[in-house]
Amino acid sequence: MPERLLEEITENLSDDDLGLLLLIRHFERKLLDLFGQGLVQGTTHTCLGQEYVPVALAPLLDERDFVFSNHRGHGHYLARFRDPYGLLAEITGREGAVCGGVGGSQHILSGRYLSTGIQGESLPVATGVALHLRDAEPGVLALAYVGDGTWGEGAVYEALNMAALWRLPLVVVTENNGIAQTTPTSAQLAGTIGDRARAFGCRFLHVDSRHPHEIRDALRPLFERTRQGAGPLVVEFATHRIGPHSKGDDTRSAEEIRHARDHDWYPRQGGSPRFARLDAEARAFVEVVAGEVLARPLSGREG
Amino acid sequence: MRVAESLNRALHEVLAEDPSVRVLGEDVLDPYGGAFKITKGLSSRFPGRVLATPISENGIVGVAGGLALAGGKAIVEIMFSDFVALAFDQIVNFASKSVSMYGRPLRLPLIVRCPSGGGRGYGPTHSQSLQKHFIGVPGLAVYEVSPFDDHRELFGEMLALGEPCLLFEDKILYTRRLFGDGVADDLFQYDLLPGSGGVTRVYVDDPGQADCVIIAPGGVAHRALAAMRTLLLEREISCLLLVPRRLYPFDVTPLSPLLERAGAVVVAEESTAGGTWGAEVAHQVHSRLWGRLRRPVSLVHSAAGVIPAAAHLERDVLVQDTAIVRAVQELLT
Ligand SMILES: Cc1ncc(C[n+]2csc(CCOP(=O)(O)OP(=O)(O)O)c2C)c(N)n1
Repeated sequence: MPERLLEEITENLSDDDLGLLLLIRHFERKLLDLFGQGLVQGTTHTCLGQEYVPVALAPLLDERDFVFSNHRGHGHYLARFRDPYGLLAEITGREGAVCGGVGGSQHILSGRYLSTGIQGESLPVATGVALHLRDAEPGVLALAYVGDGTWGEGAVYEALNMAALWRLPLVVVTENNGIAQTTPTSAQLAGTIGDRARAFGCRFLHVDSRHPHEIRDALRPLFERTRQGAGPLVVEFATHRIGPHSKGDDTRSAEEIRHARDHDWYPRQGGSPRFARLDAEARAFVEVVAGEVLARPLSGREG
Repeated sequence: MRVAESLNRALHEVLAEDPSVRVLGEDVLDPYGGAFKITKGLSSRFPGRVLATPISENGIVGVAGGLALAGGKAIVEIMFSDFVALAFDQIVNFASKSVSMYGRPLRLPLIVRCPSGGGRGYGPTHSQSLQKHFIGVPGLAVYEVSPFDDHRELFGEMLALGEPCLLFEDKILYTRRLFGDGVADDLFQYDLLPGSGGVTRVYVDDPGQADCVIIAPGGVAHRALAAMRTLLLEREISCLLLVPRRLYPFDVTPLSPLLERAGAVVVAEESTAGGTWGAEVAHQVHSRLWGRLRRPVSLVHSAAGVIPAAAHLERDVLVQDTAIVRAVQELLT
């Protein structure tokens, strides 16, 4: 699936989709801002530039589907729950935190959504969940997000092997942003993700498009077949990380960063009047969320 | 009945009673029934609920974690406990973390069975007792099979805990007889220490009259018994053996009155020296009974080395009854 022109991406979207994209964008920007002010501690990995992936996938997922996320999971969470209050409270350890402030940015459990901070660890777990679902809740699937760097972990292959052998309803979404922390994909991944997936007999799709409608159209039938018992599906999104790995740790050259920015879905010229309106709304909403959450008392622990 | 048969029977009962339980492991299907036959008959009787897996220890334990997360229960067999090292991440960073790191308790009923220990000539990578590496992990319970225990009850307790459990099964026990009716042999009787949550006590006639208390997990029970026999018949020293079902978390409180009365305590285990479970137990005993013991708790374990394959070399490294005899004598002189 090829890339389309940037303007088309945002202009063809519903208010709802665009609003969600912008919510994630402004949430992440605000986080980096709060970091700069010393109001967020530890670490946080923003998904700037990659927001469209979970937004595109959101309507393909049912409430009963399990979603496994990783360190770069704010967009995954917001696309599923649209709950910036709970997430920011979790990241800042305030009352109303999704996990009481124990998990923080990288460790969130809410219903059938779980993230954890060890690369590759979630794939065997998602495989186990898919095994349970295959037998107990046919038609329901488990989806796990991983980065390209995570394909270095053996757990990925153990999981794919079992998921393929047992024809499990598992979708592995790879957000290939061309870099893992500071290491370019070309320096850490031999061969291709597609060949690796196919070696296990998994169905595979490479996605260059950043247009949610195109992505959905391409993936809907593949997800459906996974639900119906066709076995695991691996999807690789060619995407771009616009921000730093975590807080301010971007080791890329100015040119590389510019290249990544050139692929941003967020129009630099400001976009249409509708875009400007929704953009301002999302920005203002995130300010309200941040103001409200940071005024809350510190979170207490349950249990 | 042999211990292997008792464990196998317990698994049959667990699967029969609770349809949400699955068993996974390498080569666990009939007619093989697992490297030590503990899963024999399960796959024929419960098709679909017993899964033979690829050689992927980390992956299998992760799958078990996923089954538990989705509402099922899972029992994993690690073929030799040495290989549980490959699943360290799933055990320590996923399963045991997840029961509490999401800010509220999460139930993850999951058992990882680990056939462990030497004495069978399998050599350095198939003979270890790795319990100590899993002691002190929040959210992880460590159990050990004992020839005195009710294994159906043991599995029930672990699954009811709702936390990941490691079950170490000393391979040497598999072919040993399961004790019954409170009789260990012609000299010793046994029962459960009341209020102890599964500590077996083994004694001559009065558990309160021992000169020394030996604390040992199930895998060392026979060596402790042999030592107690020698000490009694040849030195007139009477020992009380305490065999806890659960090694961690471990609470010495219910044992304290007995330890205090004897004033001499030995902890014996098969782990190699250094950072042992016994050291953890000894620390608890010292904190509680300092000043009321004749000597510091004595630790008996295997030597600090690899476990050789050749029988005569293996014997030199692994803990023996003679080492327990020596430790008790030294404590009492
Ligand atoms: C097992 C493990 N090793 C190392 C890390 C540290 N780490 C966190 S994110 C990251 C890079 C991951 O790269 P990739 O999978 O490509 O995802 P991306 O960050 O690009 O989204 C690393 C090395 C980790 N969290 N877990």
